[in-house]
Amino acid sequence: MPLSERNRPRAQVRERPGDRIFSGLSTGAGVLILVVLASVASFLLIEAWPAFMAPPEDIPGGEGLVVYIWPLLFGTLLSAVLALLVAAPLAVAIALFITHYAPRRTAQGLGYVIDLLAAVPSIIYGLWGIAVLAPATVSSTEWLSKYLGFIPLFAGPPSSTGRTMLLAIIVLAVMVLPIITAVVREAFLQTPRLHEEASLALGATRWEMVKMTVFPFGRSAIVGASMLGLGRALGETMAVAIVLSVSGGVTFNLISSGNPSTIAANIALDFPESSGLAVNALIASGLVLFAVTLVVNMIARAVINRRREFSGAN
Amino acid sequence: MAKRIEVSDLNIYYDKFLAVQGVSMTIEPRAVTALIGPSGCGKSTFLRSLNRMHELVPKARVEGKIAMDGQDLYGPNVDPVVVRRHIGMVFQRPNPFPTMSIYDNVAAGLRLNATRMKRAELDDLVERALRAANLWQEVSDRLNKPGSGLSGGQQQRLCIARAIAVQPDVLLMDEPCSALDPISTQKIEDLINELKTEYTIVIVTHNMQQAARVSDTTGFFNLKGVGEAGQLVELDETTKIFSTPTNQATEDYISGRFG
Repeated sequence: MPLSERNRPRAQVRERPGDRIFSGLSTGAGVLILVVLASVASFLLIEAWPAFMAPPEDIPGGEGLVVYIWPLLFGTLLSAVLALLVAAPLAVAIALFITHYAPRRTAQGLGYVIDLLAAVPSIIYGLWGIAVLAPATVSSTEWLSKYLGFIPLFAGPPSSTGRTMLLAIIVLAVMVLPIITAVVREAFLQTPRLHEEASLALGATRWEMVKMTVFPFGRSAIVGASMLGLGRALGETMAVAIVLSVSGGVTFNLISSGNPSTIAANIALDFPESSGLAVNALIASGLVLFAVTLVVNMIARAVINRRREFSGAN
Repeated sequence: MAKRIEVSDLNIYYDKFLAVQGVSMTIEPRAVTALIGPSGCGKSTFLRSLNRMHELVPKARVEGKIAMDGQDLYGPNVDPVVVRRHIGMVFQRPNPFPTMSIYDNVAAGLRLNATRMKRAELDDLVERALRAANLWQEVSDRLNKPGSGLSGGQQQRLCIARAIAVQPDVLLMDEPCSALDPISTQKIEDLINELKTEYTIVIVTHNMQQAARVSDTTGFFNLKGVGEAGQLVELDETTKIFSTPTNQATEDYISGRFG
């Protein structure tokens, strides 16, 4: 091809139909997700607006929206954060075992089981929690209140049914465990062999190698997976609605029979019997949950980005 | 510092597959020993057996004896971790830890040795290692930047600094220049020349000119036959190997007739 022809402006290049279709599809998908998000947000805002404007005595409970939502938000955060604190270290340990310690065959089997657990519907976890786990926790909560009662979390008196915040936390932790494990495991598997060998060749033990290469490399995945788990725990509805015996109020006491509910469980339980302004109040609580998950995700992004330079992606 | 390695009747296996057979050689201290040979002949496998990196592959094992200044490296009470602390290694592709700064990369090995070190002492050792690797001038003003931001040649010198920071007895190099441009290669070769006054160096290379330039002794590895084990064909002074090799296969290889 002669030079003059090659130097012609690029606009003359014929567009291929495949390129156009694909770019149209991917742009469309990108726009669609924004539209969906915006419409959800505006739905929440519009429907919650009357509750914001209403006089306090008209809100369920009769003391205004803040007093109505705060215990729910508290219950949501308490259960989700503690569930994450239980699940995340366990998930990292399991992922590490699967990727770096277990014999090949065990690792494969365990990997399948974890993936399978992630696919179990939350209602099943709820049923398991109330049928099996609740009775089983009664004696241990008694022990906790007797010997560790000085810690506010275990102040008691212990519930006789076992349907406590502690149970909800355990069920939530079990629920979010597989998803965190699966994400972290994938990241750990991607640790470059080259870096692992570099540390081993320096005379690192296996644990030192893990600390030097696997953890730093998987760090953003651990944060991301934890936030994913936290998001799931924050929004979990059925399992909490089933296992938790609710009395309202704000308390750190995990093992008594008086527990704050969570936003999602509260909506699920109250929505069918609500009408008028009560519905708007419920939706307002939903808006708060929406905002909280949004903030959680933004914090996760910020944490991941902060050390991007050192992430190993470059 | 700088110890002699004696290898006798070494067989190296991957599970049931015999990869390298019957290697016996002496690696002299304060000298550079180059290992050359066609791809897949077991040079790297042999190199990795010297610091027991080989056994990281599941079911890999060795038979025979490797002794460093008389001490058996595969003895029953020898911890491979300790062996690797005394025998440093530089890899084919530069592999600084991407999550660490330049400083932390060099300090990584020192911190592993667990004795708590004063900051000033650590600073001093890091600087000395970087100077020894001819990298100090280029990075002294950005020690806290990630090592992965350096050029390929700088990264490889950083890896050498990391390896020598712990003052090993032996330095193994597995094709350290194969991913580098000629100028960076030149710098690494100059560095090897300087380092051999203090260390025992073993270098695997595909570049015969490189072997001729940097090494004192050269070993030629070759396969016994198709699908068979690799073996050490000839080991001699580099000048002799490249001028009047004893073995016909060596001559064919260095004159470019195969490989």
